[in-house]
Amino acid sequence: MYVFLIRRVLAAIPVVVVVTIFVFALLHLAPGDPAAIIAGDLATAEDVAKIRAKLGLDQPLMIQFFTWAGQLLRGDLGNSIFSAHPVSQLIGQRLEPTLTLTVMTLFISILLAVPLGVIAAWRVGSWIDRGVMGFAVFGFSVPGFVIGYVLIWVFAIELDWLPVQGYTPLAKGFWPWLSNIILPSVTLALAYMALIARITRAAMLETLSQDYIRTAHAKGLATPHVLLRHALHNAAVPIVTVIGIGVALLIGGVVVTESVFAIPGLGRLTVDAILRRDYPVIQGIILVFSGAYVLVNLIVDMLYTVLDPRIRY
Amino acid sequence: MSGASESIAIPDAPPARAGVVAFLRRHPTVVIGCTLLLAIVIASIAAPWLGTVDPISINPGQRLKSPSAEYWFGTDRFGRDLYSRVIYGGRISLIVGLSVAALATVIGLAIGLVSGYLRAVDAVVMRVMDGMMAIPAIMLAIALIALSKASVLIVIIAVALPEIPRVVRLVRAIVLTIREQPYIEAATATGTSLPRILLRHFLPNALPPLIVQATYICASAVLIEAALSFLGAGTPPEVPSWGNIMAEARPYFQLKPMMVLLPGIFLAVTVLAINLVGDGLRDMLDPRLARKM
Amino acid sequence: MTPPVLAVSGLRTHFFTRDGVVKAVDGVSLSLARGETLGLVGESGCGKSITALSILRLVPSPPGRIVEGSVRFDGTELLDLEPAAMRAIRGNRISMIFQEPMTSLNPVMTVGRQIAETVALHQQLPRRAAMDRAIEMLALVKIPDTRRRAAEYPHQLSGGMRQRVMIAIAMACTPTILIADEPTTALDVTIQAQILDLMLEMKERTGAAVMLITHDLGVIAETAQRVVVMYAGRKVEEASTRDLFARPRHPYTRGLMTSIPRLNRDADESARATRLTEIPGMVPALINLAPGCTYAPRCAYATGQCRIAFPPEVEAAPGHLVACWNAESLPEMERA
Repeated sequence: MYVFLIRRVLAAIPVVVVVTIFVFALLHLAPGDPAAIIAGDLATAEDVAKIRAKLGLDQPLMIQFFTWAGQLLRGDLGNSIFSAHPVSQLIGQRLEPTLTLTVMTLFISILLAVPLGVIAAWRVGSWIDRGVMGFAVFGFSVPGFVIGYVLIWVFAIELDWLPVQGYTPLAKGFWPWLSNIILPSVTLALAYMALIARITRAAMLETLSQDYIRTAHAKGLATPHVLLRHALHNAAVPIVTVIGIGVALLIGGVVVTESVFAIPGLGRLTVDAILRRDYPVIQGIILVFSGAYVLVNLIVDMLYTVLDPRIRY
Repeated sequence: MSGASESIAIPDAPPARAGVVAFLRRHPTVVIGCTLLLAIVIASIAAPWLGTVDPISINPGQRLKSPSAEYWFGTDRFGRDLYSRVIYGGRISLIVGLSVAALATVIGLAIGLVSGYLRAVDAVVMRVMDGMMAIPAIMLAIALIALSKASVLIVIIAVALPEIPRVVRLVRAIVLTIREQPYIEAATATGTSLPRILLRHFLPNALPPLIVQATYICASAVLIEAALSFLGAGTPPEVPSWGNIMAEARPYFQLKPMMVLLPGIFLAVTVLAINLVGDGLRDMLDPRLARKM
Repeated sequence: MTPPVLAVSGLRTHFFTRDGVVKAVDGVSLSLARGETLGLVGESGCGKSITALSILRLVPSPPGRIVEGSVRFDGTELLDLEPAAMRAIRGNRISMIFQEPMTSLNPVMTVGRQIAETVALHQQLPRRAAMDRAIEMLALVKIPDTRRRAAEYPHQLSGGMRQRVMIAIAMACTPTILIADEPTTALDVTIQAQILDLMLEMKERTGAAVMLITHDLGVIAETAQRVVVMYAGRKVEEASTRDLFARPRHPYTRGLMTSIPRLNRDADESARATRLTEIPGMVPALINLAPGCTYAPRCAYATGQCRIAFPPEVEAAPGHLVACWNAESLPEMERA
């Protein structure tokens, strides 16, 4: 078990290294002089030179990379060009809303999508199945920001049940916190749910046709028990895999959803950073998000061994 | 479960032509998807003849008008005709969608073929692909665009880049599967060179899944382009696209929700139509998967 | 004679597919006495497995459905039972062993739990007691080192051991009837006899009646008291094992017999494994069947009448039923 754990962690290292190189390279592979683009159209040659020196762009490429990577290893993501604050501090300040949103979304998605997929597979071909599959195509096609606006329009403007936009920290009370996070979480959950429901149905269909399911019925077990303890457990590996891969989708959705609902999280920080061309901040956020993705998928890898005793690397 | 054993099935034979009609009868959603997509494509091409005016001509006297006989969808904050902007906006979505699908498929095909063929390159390429997949697509695109002058070309490149690993993995899996087939061994034994065999057997096997994959990439690209434009990191503001029309209408959402929702509906219907066509193609070209998905 | 513990009559199980109705079981009647071993024989696809699944009401539905018939178990009509009452019978009073021990056990659950699950369900035992009973069962089916094995997963066991586990699951609640669907077919020839012996031993210990489904007449000769021969969804012959082997009255049964060289227990092992596909022709697709005897197209003795109507079942000798127009006029079977 520990050997497996260590091997998976070691296997994740090249991914992290590639991400780091990629993020670094983005700045240098992009057409044009990054310093000039960051400085903006109104900048003087002097401003551009100042930025170039500040970012170390006047150094040789390899030195630039190792200086930057060395800082990263110490947890230093650099400073914002716009506000001069450390990027790590900026990210830390925006972490709570984004974490709330993503955890809530994960919660809603898995809790709803897995049962939907199970029922669809159990009643394959029925109207429930058609409904779930229809929802899956729909949820995958309608962009988050369109859904978001429709939800705001219906539940916040027309019905006036929930606040239109904004975020209230949990420290200021449970209900204000929850009421603000419901609509964004549902918005973000739709595409993710579509993905999970679809794979759950597919994986369940596969397992339900297996001989051991017939054995379970022949033992006299009740259908819910057969579906959950026998079929779902066997279908769990592909489902968990997709939940892990889907985190990339979730992160992309966070940026858009936070923008629609004016939530002051990492997504908003990203958008602000784009508009100000605050490159160190963009790099920092990408690294944090990619790190989260790698971490989640490392956890998924660990889950494999718990879920399926046959998997031993 | 184990990725290697469950990779890619080699389809037996292409479906008979007569089967297509019967297939469409059994899959009404595909017909709906095709019809919608065709309508959107025609509308985008024929935009100038569909009662539109110049989508970027500013008319300060006619700002934020409600829908009327003259302005079917109303006007935006610069007095531009929203109907015309939305119809023209479809052009950008389709151009980006098609270009990204083509670009990502061609590049992914090349990398995947090399990677599947040369074992030495494979390990490195796959690590790079893993790394790319760890960066969320929108973030990668944002980073690229943030450092370039906004243009449709940059958007296409930025959206295509994160889609490449998906194609590479697919192509590589197919190549590896073909390499393991018994007839390959027989052919190499009789002296045919491996690249030649791969070429002969690869296309008929890879084309169906690649077409399906390209369709999904197209849908995904339309979505991401719209999201980027919506965030202000996509198509430059002077070119109308559904994403930036929505972005510009945002401040007026509580007053005139339709300004935001109408382009949103067009966008959603387009992506839905492409996905339905993709599902149909998949069911038709790969019946083994069809039952499951 | 005591009333049979299981009486199936006029059972029809059909599958409603896109291409038409498949009459997998089409009017089968059979009975099983307490403690008896009944052999159910036929080529694959003749409906013997579907008959067994119908008894337990485990026919996959859709597309399958029991359209007609009666299954009386110990005086109760199973086809009318509420689902919950039916579940109380499955795995408890009637249990079943399947052909593929490789795939019939849940790969992500320890074998101990798979046995304990049944015990806990039907005997309302707490977890611990159920697990103790499971370990006891593993010892009964002669698996060594039971405590360790109970904590293992199916992939850690050999094929023979897995079938032993299946037997342990089936026998854990001392059922009245055990249905064994080709229990040894998927196993190594060397293991087959061991598993068969184990089944018979467990049967002796519990007094269960056994319905043994197989295509292997050699197995039947060794184990069963009575035999039912099925062909294309129908019963074509039924007799005591002795009578059937002494004088098979249906041409199909004869075909089956000539395709095995010897019925001796000590017969060459590889010969015993010979499949019964050596009768010319194939089992017909059970869809859009022509009228008349379903065996007629392959039958060497078929006459005009055979192609017009399916023959009725007649009692050719006491306890010996046969459905063949020409049963009386068949020539003597030449013996090897």
